[in-house]
Amino acid sequence: MPLSGNEATVWALLLPFAAAALGPVLTHRLKHNAAWILAVFPAFIFIHFLSYVPMVAAGQTFTVSYEWIPTFGITFSFYIDGLSTLFALLVSGIGTLVVLYAGGYLKGHTQQGIFFTYLLLFMGAMLGVVTADNMITLFVYWELTSITSFLLIGFDHLRTASRRSALQALVVTGAGGMALLAGFLLVYLASGTWQMSELLTNPDVLRSSSLYLPIFILICLGAFTKSAQFPFHFWLPNAMEAPTPVSAYLHSATMVKAGVYLLMRMQPVMGGTEIWMTVLPFFGGLTLVIGTYLGLRQTDLKLILAYTTVASLGLLVMLTGSSSPHAIQGAVLYLFAHSLFKGGLFMAAGTVDHEAGTRDIRKLGGLRHAMPITFSATVLAALSMAGLPPLFGFVAKEVLYDGLWHAHSGGIFWAFTGVVGNSMMFALAAIVAIKPFLGPKVETPKHAHEGPLMLYAGPVVLSVAGLIAGLFVASTGEWLVNPMTSAIAGHSVTKELHLIPAHINAALFLSLLTIALGSTLFYFSDQLRSFVDRTLKIIGWGPDKGFDQFINATVRLSAFVTRTVQTGDMVMYMRAAFIALIFTLYTPMIITGSWPSLSQFELVTLTEAGIIAVALVGLYAVLTAKNRVTAMVSLGISGFSVAVIYLLFGAPDLSFTQFMVETLSVVILALVMTRLNLQPSDSRSVASKLLDSSLATLTGLGFALTLMSVTQQPFDASLSEFFTAFSRTIAHGRNIVNVILVDFRGFDTIGEISVVMVTGLCVLALIRVRPVSSKNNEETTTQIKQEAKS
Amino acid sequence: MNTVIFRTVAPFLTALMTLFSIFVLLRGHNEPGGGFIGGLIAVSAFAIYGIAYGVAGVRRALHVHPMSIAASGLLLAVASVLPSLFLGQPTMTSQWLEFSLFGTHIALSTPMFFDIGVYLVVVGAITSIALSLEERESD
Repeated sequence: MPLSGNEATVWALLLPFAAAALGPVLTHRLKHNAAWILAVFPAFIFIHFLSYVPMVAAGQTFTVSYEWIPTFGITFSFYIDGLSTLFALLVSGIGTLVVLYAGGYLKGHTQQGIFFTYLLLFMGAMLGVVTADNMITLFVYWELTSITSFLLIGFDHLRTASRRSALQALVVTGAGGMALLAGFLLVYLASGTWQMSELLTNPDVLRSSSLYLPIFILICLGAFTKSAQFPFHFWLPNAMEAPTPVSAYLHSATMVKAGVYLLMRMQPVMGGTEIWMTVLPFFGGLTLVIGTYLGLRQTDLKLILAYTTVASLGLLVMLTGSSSPHAIQGAVLYLFAHSLFKGGLFMAAGTVDHEAGTRDIRKLGGLRHAMPITFSATVLAALSMAGLPPLFGFVAKEVLYDGLWHAHSGGIFWAFTGVVGNSMMFALAAIVAIKPFLGPKVETPKHAHEGPLMLYAGPVVLSVAGLIAGLFVASTGEWLVNPMTSAIAGHSVTKELHLIPAHINAALFLSLLTIALGSTLFYFSDQLRSFVDRTLKIIGWGPDKGFDQFINATVRLSAFVTRTVQTGDMVMYMRAAFIALIFTLYTPMIITGSWPSLSQFELVTLTEAGIIAVALVGLYAVLTAKNRVTAMVSLGISGFSVAVIYLLFGAPDLSFTQFMVETLSVVILALVMTRLNLQPSDSRSVASKLLDSSLATLTGLGFALTLMSVTQQPFDASLSEFFTAFSRTIAHGRNIVNVILVDFRGFDTIGEISVVMVTGLCVLALIRVRPVSSKNNEETTTQIKQEAKS
Repeated sequence: MNTVIFRTVAPFLTALMTLFSIFVLLRGHNEPGGGFIGGLIAVSAFAIYGIAYGVAGVRRALHVHPMSIAASGLLLAVASVLPSLFLGQPTMTSQWLEFSLFGTHIALSTPMFFDIGVYLVVVGAITSIALSLEERESD
């Protein structure tokens, strides 16, 4: 068994959240050294998942499940197999190093504690994504990664660029998340289960379903937005606004792979179809080529790495889409290798930035003597990225070329795409490793020297891990790669891996071709950069710009809608409300023909007639009043007569309330009038007076007719009988109205008093708004627009 | 309106009406009345005081911001819903405590506290609206 059973796994998965809560407290006390303590948490999780490795390698899987919403069959459950184990190891292992790195990188930053919190929250979310069994559990964690990513990208929230990038990432991945939820709902409809583990035992249920196409599209949208596939790739390079630990962790090694994870998870149940094997390799291949091509233009170390991440994700999607066990093994190897070398390279780039003061390759050079440890780690990681022996990346590249070459359809074409992308990747790896460190020493903004242990521990451990995984690739394959490949392929895969190719094959030639092409590209890298720049200037438009246009259009649309709907003209509001009322009152009577019959009316008594006469006098006074205040007070006459009628018909509570409401509304209306600079008398034109009076008459008549037809229906007295019978016995009260309000229907009353409370707050806020501040509002809006434009 | 007679009578009227509003509130369970009506009466009482002595006078007399009264009322109403949870009954099941004090039969219950909550919300929210409408920048 793993360390003290499966329950321990749940605790391990919740551990990052506990650590997140501790972050600010520890940082307050220990400053940046809190990282040493906080790193213990992910390290423990790493060890915990390590204990699963032997059993998972033997083909075992584990589930643990808690009831969450039993009515809908939704559980809080986790599933551990080869795929989730390797992912969990990467998330927790790299997470440990990143926490340490963040300790050094943000040393002295006033917000370092909260940064740890975000980072650890993200870690918890990401671990949840890769181990979730229930699709709703997965979705919740998935969204949590988007939100924590938003917080981390926007960490430096005082800068406009940070805020824009954070919002962009949230909008793109959030929209994808919505698509994913819809996709999961359809999966449930098609299969009848929320559990991934159950879905895997019945692999053909989705492929044979009529919902396959919509499910495929929705899942792809979710995965492509998260994993930055073309045309959604633009948010990832922009996310480099985040501090480097975030780039190293979220936007290269872990979060952006969530989309790839999802595709790999669904591969056994959705893969192998014509559309899967066309769409995925197409978009993956396109992303690979576009990502590396755009990367060639960059001079910022982090941006170069970001574009190669986009490209690598494309490569992974392409491989997953081929659905052949061999290509999938290549995908697993590459994913593993990529997490190691890219995490290391990002951290190294951050260290260079931190110590030398710039990340621009044109302003860096000859740092090898000043930063020997960082230099060695970078070279080791870059060699893995370039796919050179004896590093892990080399094995990955061999296997993936072999897999692509032997793909079911269009193997040569996909292999060729891979070579084009990989050779550009080779050139970029060379740029990252060579430009800042070799060549003549360049004067940097800061006097460069080696960073502290916290800064170089991450790059060194990760790049050395890449070397070890490569040297002992047979063991890596047996314990980690093959279990994961089996989980993705849907059946057991036990192909041995060798560092030295066993025989000369196509893959070896493709590798040599890649190296030759890549070296040439590196040699001409400066010319290439200006060439790529020129082509992009000719195109002139990209999805990144499109995003701004989309956001601006939304702002303009909402401004337009607001201007149209909220004219600020009170008379128009009242007319709209009355017309809506008229529709609601008359439509049912017209459609069902249930007009009240007028013959059933009993004659009113003399008292009642007298009260009605008083009400009519009030009405007459309202209509003929010379000024508004008189009209309001006269309206009170009608109101009081109505209250008297209530009293006559045995509703003292209602009547009582009516009296109070009438009194207070006159008082409040009078107060409102004094605030508005209205003319004392009504100055509407004859035409609008006619319109308004007919609207008012229609509404009043509608209410009367509705009430009449309601009272003419046979009366079901069971509720009143219930209240009469039980008000005394159950609720200990003789006043049924009050008992209903505070006991039988007390929950409604809670809602009502909350509304009263909120109304009070709103009125308070509205009265505080002065004409001056509306001008301020406009200023803020234009400011936001300007920021969005820039 | 601001006559000597009115200014002299207003405090007494306000006090009486407030007292009456509490009476109406408490008797509500068995006779016509209750938190909502009681609250409205209390608001009228404050309105009268306001007409006589101005908004500042009412605010001084209330000590706290009317919105705080409303908020504490909402809190009380929601809190009165909870005790049944601890007894394993559905939320809002009413709890009664009946006892005799100096020969008077006293019945304390969660619905009573709920009704007091309603009363406070109505008093607070509507007084707040009325006062803020009446208030001028010059005040």
